[in-house]
Amino acid sequence: MEKVFAIETERLSIGYSLKRGRQKVVHENLNLQLVQGEVTCLLGLNGAGKSTLLRTLCGFQPPLAGEIRLMGKALASYSQMNFSLTVGVVLTEKTNAGGITVYELVSLGRHPYTGFFGQLKKRDHIIIEQALEAVGISHKSSNYVSELSDGEHQKVMIAKALAQECPIILLDEPTAFLDVTSRIETMVLLHRLAMEQQKAILLSTHDLDLAIQMGDCLWLQEKGRPMACGAPEDLIMSGAFESFFGKEGITFDPTTGKLNTKKPTVPVGVEGDYLVSYWVGNALIRNGFCPAPVKAGQINIRCVRVGELVVTLKDRTEKKCSSIVELVNLLKFC
Amino acid sequence: MEVLLLNFWKQFFLCIFANMKKQALIFYPLLLILLSILLAGGLLYGAVSIPIESVIDILMGKGTEHLAWQNIVWQSRLPQAVTALLAGASLAVSGLLLQTLFRNPLAGPSILGISDGANLGVAAVMLYLGGSLSLVADLPISGYLAVILAAFGGAVCVLGLIIYFSAKVKNNVMLLIIGIMIGYLASSLISVLNYYASTDKVHAFVMWGLGNFSGVSLQQLPYFVGFTVIGLLLSILLIKPLNALLLGEMYAANLGIKIKRTRILILFCAGLLTATTTAFCGPISFIGLAVPHIARLLLGSSNHKMLVPVTLLVGSCVALLCNLLMVLPGTNNVFPLNAVTPLLGAPVIIYVIVNRKNIQYFD
Repeated sequence: MEKVFAIETERLSIGYSLKRGRQKVVHENLNLQLVQGEVTCLLGLNGAGKSTLLRTLCGFQPPLAGEIRLMGKALASYSQMNFSLTVGVVLTEKTNAGGITVYELVSLGRHPYTGFFGQLKKRDHIIIEQALEAVGISHKSSNYVSELSDGEHQKVMIAKALAQECPIILLDEPTAFLDVTSRIETMVLLHRLAMEQQKAILLSTHDLDLAIQMGDCLWLQEKGRPMACGAPEDLIMSGAFESFFGKEGITFDPTTGKLNTKKPTVPVGVEGDYLVSYWVGNALIRNGFCPAPVKAGQINIRCVRVGELVVTLKDRTEKKCSSIVELVNLLKFC
Repeated sequence: MEVLLLNFWKQFFLCIFANMKKQALIFYPLLLILLSILLAGGLLYGAVSIPIESVIDILMGKGTEHLAWQNIVWQSRLPQAVTALLAGASLAVSGLLLQTLFRNPLAGPSILGISDGANLGVAAVMLYLGGSLSLVADLPISGYLAVILAAFGGAVCVLGLIIYFSAKVKNNVMLLIIGIMIGYLASSLISVLNYYASTDKVHAFVMWGLGNFSGVSLQQLPYFVGFTVIGLLLSILLIKPLNALLLGEMYAANLGIKIKRTRILILFCAGLLTATTTAFCGPISFIGLAVPHIARLLLGSSNHKMLVPVTLLVGSCVALLCNLLMVLPGTNNVFPLNAVTPLLGAPVIIYVIVNRKNIQYFD
């Protein structure tokens, strides 16, 4: 079955028009495809042009060249009203909506459908309630928006986009100001919505871990080079991550999917309990050592159980450590 | 056509009365009762004491032996009460529109320089062209009209400038600052005009600047009513985009609101209301700034479906109350209006700022 592209761009060039016909091009020749039913994460360092791309796709600024097609139709052929029925946005823009209720905020998503005075009909109420239900915030529907936590606020804004009944939802850094749990909750929610409601979801983020974990597709953006698109695993294995995020003194570890500060050099042997040796390895890398198989002539660590580490130093003396702090202090002085 | 019109009014009333919390619905009758009491107070009570029965007789069209009383009721108290009612509503709604548009709780008609523009127009006419206020009854009507036109002209000029800049400056806070700067420029011109004008004219200008609901005569009343009612109706038509603007301009644009057009409409509406009121009543402080806050605190909501009508009613009540308080009880002395409005307005603003952490709409 052929996939339906929610957004398709062809030789798209994004940036800003300056005075006297000059242009500041941020990124050019973008050929992108956003697929329905998938969560796509847009990753890139600051200044890579993520916001410019999102703003262009949100219709807030015109493309400099090339074409954008939404649901198969050219962006230029959309009226503002039709556009608001097709693309719903969740932004980082600060709102002044603290004094209205959650229900009222989500009902603003029905604006494109309601009449001159914004009067809600029966169908509108049903859709608002479904949207609240879908993001799991129904119990707060009569609370003031200002009473919500950041994570709940983000859910409400997503519910607003759902109430808009758009096939495409674009989110600008939806996890930026959230705590760890809310980040994961939000991503799980978006993933579920994409699957269940066949939405095409594009979000920009700096959260590498979450994007790798939850993104069906990743777009890696950097100025002056083509966008790398694909499943996170493919991009990791092909080395794309290393080339986009590897900088002086920072490496991308393809086995863990994490960025490391420096290349570990001194090998230290680790063996024993799986959980303990995993976290001992983490501590070793942080302190400039490289976890390796146990070998004679180097420091070796035997992980017996949680709270019991046996360190064999180079002169074969054995020392016991009960915590990582003790271990690190021991390694620093030899 | 008729069906369309009928549907329009049906939607209109549904919009105002439906979907509100039960306790919010009670504000309409309460405010209307309060408004009637204050309006009656304005008609029955004044610097000259007239028995209640006589006032009622006069208003019912029955003759009375006191011709002076008849004149006071028809030529002074009635137009003054109606003026206060509409001026209060206009300034309050204008303040609300600007606060929502600029997303700044301290925005108000006087901050955007619209009042200053009106001041400048009036200063030019009163200080140099010989026009004056009808504080002195025997001045020609042409001079009085010139003052009103000048105020209107000045306010519209500043408004035009603001709308021009609103197309260039995308950021609303920056636009607010431009408005404040334009206000300063107008004030500096006024001070130059004042410096070179004769003492009696400066005095007349200062008197106008103190604000007055009694400046509108029965003959001029229809014009005042016409302009303000147009502005107030327009503001009610803006309820939907105003609510969308609570989310910010980008969200509003994504909800299908035409931002540029909406901005101009809101500025035009606020400008029309402020210009009309300032032209007829002088620059009145604090009502535009404080009343939207009173309305939000009363309602506990910043949803414009309720907020616009309640702000309108509260504005009328506050203006009528100020109008009553102007007359010192038991004496024939009258306070200037702008000495009274801060007494009600300033405490509200201070309360709101001190308690901003607990007030929902500040987020």
